[in-house]
Amino acid sequence: MSQLVFDPSKVMSIDHTKRTEYLDGLEAIRAAHKVLKEIAYTPSLPDKGYTNRSLYVNVDTLEIKEKPVTQQMKDVFIGGRGFGLYHLWNAVKPTTRWNDPENEIIISPGPVSGMTQYAGTGKSLVVSLSPQTDIPIDSNVGGFYGPLLKFSGFDALELQGKSEKDIILFIDGQKGIIRIEEAPTDPVDSHVLAEILTHMYAENEADLPNISVVSTGAAAEHSLIGMLNFSFYDRRRKCVRFKQAGRGGIGTVFRNKRIRALVIRGPKVAGDMNHPADPETIAKTGIKYHKEIRENDPHQCMMRRNGTAHIVEIMDAYDLLPVHNFQFGSHPDVHKIDSSYWQQRCTQVTVDGCWYGCSMACAKGADGLTVQTGPYKGHLVSVDGPEYENAAGLGSNCGVFDPDYLLELNFYCDTYGICTITYGTLTAFVMECYQRGILNRERTGGLEMTWGNAKDDLEMMHQMARGEGFGKIAGMGVKKMKEYFIQQGWGDAQLINDIGMENKGLEYSQYMSKESLAQQGGYALTNKGPQHDEAWLIFMDMVNKQLPTFEDKAEALYYFPLFRTWFGLNGFCKLPWNDVVPANNSEQPEAHKVPEHVQNYVDLFSATTGIKISKEDLIMQSAKVYNFQRVFNIRMGKGLRLHDAAPYRSLGPVTKEEYESRAERYDQQIITEMGLDPAGNTTEEKMAMHRQWRTGRFSQLMDAVYTRRGWTLDGVPTLARLQELGLDAFPEVVEVVKQHL
Amino acid sequence: MRQLVIDFQKCDAGRNCDHECEMECAIKVFKVDDPAQAALQIKAYEEGGGHAILCDQCGDCVVVCPTEALKRNKLGVVMIDKKICVGCYMCIGFCEKEAFMRNSDWITPHKCTSCGICVKVCPHGALSMVEVPEPAPRIL
Ligand code: SF4
Ligand code: SF4
Ligand code: SF4
Ligand code: SF4
Repeated sequence: MSQLVFDPSKVMSIDHTKRTEYLDGLEAIRAAHKVLKEIAYTPSLPDKGYTNRSLYVNVDTLEIKEKPVTQQMKDVFIGGRGFGLYHLWNAVKPTTRWNDPENEIIISPGPVSGMTQYAGTGKSLVVSLSPQTDIPIDSNVGGFYGPLLKFSGFDALELQGKSEKDIILFIDGQKGIIRIEEAPTDPVDSHVLAEILTHMYAENEADLPNISVVSTGAAAEHSLIGMLNFSFYDRRRKCVRFKQAGRGGIGTVFRNKRIRALVIRGPKVAGDMNHPADPETIAKTGIKYHKEIRENDPHQCMMRRNGTAHIVEIMDAYDLLPVHNFQFGSHPDVHKIDSSYWQQRCTQVTVDGCWYGCSMACAKGADGLTVQTGPYKGHLVSVDGPEYENAAGLGSNCGVFDPDYLLELNFYCDTYGICTITYGTLTAFVMECYQRGILNRERTGGLEMTWGNAKDDLEMMHQMARGEGFGKIAGMGVKKMKEYFIQQGWGDAQLINDIGMENKGLEYSQYMSKESLAQQGGYALTNKGPQHDEAWLIFMDMVNKQLPTFEDKAEALYYFPLFRTWFGLNGFCKLPWNDVVPANNSEQPEAHKVPEHVQNYVDLFSATTGIKISKEDLIMQSAKVYNFQRVFNIRMGKGLRLHDAAPYRSLGPVTKEEYESRAERYDQQIITEMGLDPAGNTTEEKMAMHRQWRTGRFSQLMDAVYTRRGWTLDGVPTLARLQELGLDAFPEVVEVVKQHL
Repeated sequence: MRQLVIDFQKCDAGRNCDHECEMECAIKVFKVDDPAQAALQIKAYEEGGGHAILCDQCGDCVVVCPTEALKRNKLGVVMIDKKICVGCYMCIGFCEKEAFMRNSDWITPHKCTSCGICVKVCPHGALSMVEVPEPAPRIL
């Protein structure tokens, strides 16, 4: 792995202000809007990070009301994901499913969110019951909606009910108006819709950055994998851009409620709108961090140049990049889609933070793509990213190494409103099923789902958006596809289950965990399902080798999920924590925790809220919410050991080709790890040895992690643990747990 | 573009002057009675000579400003529009010369406007305004 050098002369010259415009129909669309309900309210700014008000909207009854944010909510749940889970718990019953009217979508920015002086401080958290997992899903998303919601007066927005007509919820935080409008003729797909709505609700050009739109697209209506696009206005590009609340199908819930869009018009942002307790500390910490980015990022991750795509080649070099549905960890064509390509292809003269003050600026964008297929064929568009997950998921995992196709897949995922990670993993599964004869042309209705066939891949996505053909089946996600294929008798059940990369109903994100026990747990022992944001340990484990022992791995699976949960309570982005580190970080004790940055977070929280906390308090704050979420899962019928099971593909080699492609490594492990002799055994026998060893090791890890987390061996938080966290103050929580002890 | 420069052959780094440049800048330009808030800072070295923190109007801060609050005016001088600024301080963090300033009492930062006031008050004639070509924006 060599350190890439940035060469500005190689950056493609593409006009980043040029793209197809969609404003022609604006007036007609506006005229068709009908006000269903309008109320006046008094906007307010936060005090020490909290507005202390929460907004409830029922899209069926059109009820709009304010709820107070109580001291208990702040003490136990902090904000963001915590507030989302709290509201959701109160809204649903154990029998509630994603498409019941009582299911909610909650958006909450968290107390620190909206700070402008530190990198990664504009996030909001979206929580709902997932159509894929039937348990709460939470998604940490950028864009301006969350901060502008708070600066308009609300720490959280709860959306409940199901409308009969397509509606838009408009909050005007400048004028103090909340309005529900019927939106009968609005366009469906995000890149068109959000551009029109941003211009429709902005009063003039200077007002454009004060508007943010939450929307999804056509595929969210016909699949279970819909996501939400949170917009922000890009002043350099002069266009509306998006960050995605991707995982778990919240976009599908959104459309099931017949919400077309949420639009906010916030006040003009200034640097002190959170009214923090100690602005001086925030200013100093922020400036220190910006300097660190300036000095270190060019020699470390080059996030400002490449965004998260900087790790494509690193993952490939360490055999950790998912290739062909997580069968292999590297591919000779990866150089076509690695960061040396993306830093030429992405526009480099822009300011790519998804909120003000993000000096890490990973939200890169590739401009000037002419779309080749589908309803926007011939349009000139800008595509966000691609991020690592998209390059790996839509790219290498499906064998697609043509960057233009990769961008087009990324573009359509975004505008159709589907999660790129989910789409990548489910398509990789479809392609492997095709390779192994579980699927064929007849079963896919003519789609030739061979590795790297981006044309048919795109056609499957267009079908998903139209709600037709095999695309509709694929849109159910891996779990339901597995059940369907098995029920149709299309293949061996064990093979289908082994290669279908999902846990709890959610598709794996894009890291090969086979050789990283820590990441196996980091995926399967999560609350919401296998998404790396809870425990991205693969880099620490496999690249930096910071978790050498079994105990280190188990401890990491205690600490990091809690540490990372905390970002989502407060409205922080995770990337600025360790995608750049102080120059002397490696000399610090517990370097893998990046201690100086942890201290920054402690300071930023204390300086915002005026509540002095320590590093240990930070973990305690998360532990409350994390364990609450675990109990919530149990309440909804998941969240036990059996639901933390991992598909074997994530633990070890399922097929002969997989084994034989890395035979030397696997044979060696039989000697060193199992103390056996591989000589004279067939590949099948050696695979069986591995299976026994790997599943046994994973089970041991579960025991160790559960114990460390204060859970029973069935994965249930003990009463003692609940007491320690103060969760025994909620009798309903105790009740759920008692049934499983 | 108009650029403030210093000649350390002439500047005595405050040994035989009262930092008139800083004081005048603070009072006249930023309306504060505190030389630490001036857009230029002159530091003396113990061994003689000195070091100046001066904005050379390089434009790096313009490149990183997320709101386009920083723009060059007709003279090529980088000016801040406080109405647009969101106080993110990326300009401060990315200024290699450490010439973007912050006053704890203000939410928006401040910088040199190449106004020339300091030039006029320097008793040693060490400061001057020069006209230099505007550099191309850097990719940061
Ligand atoms: S690091 Fe990237 S994702 Fe995080 S806040 Fe900054 S721009 Fe957004
Ligand atoms: S303040 Fe700094 S970055 Fe901005 S123009 Fe002056 S020297 Fe350059
Ligand atoms: S503090 Fe103001 S002028 Fe400086 S970069 Fe941020 S928005 Fe621009
Ligand atoms: S040129 Fe004007 S703004 Fe700049 S340092 Fe001198 S007095 Fe201050």
